Amino acid sequence: MINAKLERREPSFYDVSERKGILAWILSTDHKRIGLLYLYSIMSFFIIGAILGLLMKLELLAPGKTIMEAKTYNGVFTLHGIIMIFLIVIPGLPAVFGNFMLPILIGAKDVAFPRLNLLSWYIYIFGAILAVASQFMSGGPPDTGWTFYAPYSFKTTTNMLPAVLGAFVLGFSSILTGLNFIVTIHRMRAPGMTWLKMPLFPWTLYGTAWIQLLATPVIGITLLMTVGERIFNIGFFDPALGGDPILYQHLFWIYSHPAVYVMILPAMGAISEILPTFAQKTIFGYKAIIISTLAIAFVGYFVWGHHMFTSGMSGVALYVFSILTFLVAIPSGVKVFNWISTIYKGSINLKTPFYWAVSFIFVFMIGGLTGLVLGALATDVHVHDTHFVVAHFHFIVFGGVGFAFMGAIHYWFPKMFGRMYEETWANVGWLIFFIGFLTLYLPMFYLGIAGMPRRYFDYLPQFHGGNIISSLGAIVMIMGLVIIITNLVRSAKFGNPVESDNPWNGKTLEWTVESPPSLENFEEIPIIDKGPYDYE
Amino acid sequence: MTMNNMEEHRDDIGSRFGMWLFIFTELLLFAGLFLVYAVYRFLNRDAFQFAAEELNTFVGALNTVLLLASSATIAMSITALQKNKKVLSLGLLGFTVLVGLVFLVNKYFEWSLKIEHGLFPGSELLLEYGKGEVLFFGLYFFMTGLHALHIIVGLVFILVVFVRIQKGRINSENFVHLENAGLYWHLVDIIWIFLFPLFYLIT
Repeated sequence: MINAKLERREPSFYDVSERKGILAWILSTDHKRIGLLYLYSIMSFFIIGAILGLLMKLELLAPGKTIMEAKTYNGVFTLHGIIMIFLIVIPGLPAVFGNFMLPILIGAKDVAFPRLNLLSWYIYIFGAILAVASQFMSGGPPDTGWTFYAPYSFKTTTNMLPAVLGAFVLGFSSILTGLNFIVTIHRMRAPGMTWLKMPLFPWTLYGTAWIQLLATPVIGITLLMTVGERIFNIGFFDPALGGDPILYQHLFWIYSHPAVYVMILPAMGAISEILPTFAQKTIFGYKAIIISTLAIAFVGYFVWGHHMFTSGMSGVALYVFSILTFLVAIPSGVKVFNWISTIYKGSINLKTPFYWAVSFIFVFMIGGLTGLVLGALATDVHVHDTHFVVAHFHFIVFGGVGFAFMGAIHYWFPKMFGRMYEETWANVGWLIFFIGFLTLYLPMFYLGIAGMPRRYFDYLPQFHGGNIISSLGAIVMIMGLVIIITNLVRSAKFGNPVESDNPWNGKTLEWTVESPPSLENFEEIPIIDKGPYDYE
Repeated sequence: MTMNNMEEHRDDIGSRFGMWLFIFTELLLFAGLFLVYAVYRFLNRDAFQFAAEELNTFVGALNTVLLLASSATIAMSITALQKNKKVLSLGLLGFTVLVGLVFLVNKYFEWSLKIEHGLFPGSELLLEYGKGEVLFFGLYFFMTGLHALHIIVGLVFILVVFVRIQKGRINSENFVHLENAGLYWHLVDIIWIFLFPLFYLIT
């Protein structure tokens, strides 16, 4: 482009509003503003969650009490879990990038139910306040872990109720977002965009939305039963009253395992958008990625039992859950092959989003393969409830979802803010973060196999070495994080204005609209006559 | 500017589709409870049958008939509005609300009688009986309670629609919200159709 600053055809959505100041945001039904509201809320909670994580790693720097008591540690890992799972990774990509990009990617002006969309955000904030408030009310922070297992959940004297109700309310927000996206994708695709011309990020959001819709009510009712148990002494899960605590675990994981796919599917979708753009090559196996997405969403329902191999189940059930767990690894493997094949012989543009995407593949593979160790009956008995599990799910949930989130925010940054992030700092931040991440979580695999249990503030002296490395890694990673977030915040305000609406030469629809988009996204709704990644 | 455009966007099929999806989630919410019911019934068969005899089948049957009738009237109200008979439509909706309220009143008396007899979760009398009875009445209060909560939500939904029909914003050209209220009311009805035999009839 010749012009340093692009001439705008329509005013940017930032400049158009009937209301002033903060009201322009919190009363807006524009999907882009709602997406940004989610971004800011999620980022704020993420900083709290990350600090709690760092505190835990500092506590584990040496055996015995280092900086906090056992009780405090229990509260910290519980809140870390609740914040990270329910407030960040579950809403994460769908709520931020789904809201901002989904309508643009399918050529629509907004989601199907804009007001419902804003309501979801309010419900999210309400649930978040409940969950965080549980920490500060009298009675002490909840100490059951984010899983709220019975009988802890009804025996503990801490603030269980607000935490459980908070999770329940957050589930509601998730359901409404999912419902909104399903209807949007069914009803609002641009003319000519058949199902098989739809980009992959919307496809993964579609799979995700169905899981949100069909699995979340189960945790809703389970949490309500826990509330009933505490308030009315009903005894659903209390053996003294005839209930069965294992039944709680089943109900909990019937939701919470599919929830892992709520987290990872949109992450896979974001990676599937980034890689073709930075390899300047059509995605390899478009249909295979769609089929594997739907297969993951479907099979993911039937694997929850693998969280309970040591809880007491019949032998047949154990085998079935183990086999199904191995089955769900196949579509994930298919995706990895597709991504690798996409960049093979591509014309690669080494930019920050690409670094995040390839490091995503790397950590996701480690996370996925160690998942098989946990899915196999014999090895699971050995590593169950050890640091191995902690390392595994951080590789998936933080390494997978977190890396994809970072990749996505750098990728769509010029579109969302109309300015470019600072490339050098972004790359430095990524490198430090990546090194810190591996240093933090890799030793945990070793510690787990050596027998260090999770959720204790103390450990035996022989685990000291591994924990020191891991804690140092945490500090390095936080440093990287500080660089990344500072750079993003600074660039959003002072970064260079974009020189082109399509800085990466992307082929999907969001690159055809202005940066930042106008209020209605498109001057004219586009008519689609070719597939999404048309680099031929 | 935004708001105007949003209101121009009207998609009745999408709106109905959204309602159906929401109904799925409601069914799954109750599915969790039906699952728990199934497990505990399997484990405590005799106790559940014994406890069920404490419930008043007549009141249960009456409430079933009431809900079925109200489902019929709300369906008729939709047809009436489609045929542009606004007053008839409002009358039928009013009847639906009235019947819903009678259902709640019945429920109230039923519950207070149980509580008077000491049959409620956490009561000492119940704890003397045995674990099966404790679970039965726990599930009874929780499930019918949650159902009653849905009745209240449904009634509020219908009342909102009622006012909007009166104001002419829902009319023979644009009645998808009335249809959605009807769908929700049928959901409440169908859940009761399952609750009734599970608690009252299997003795």
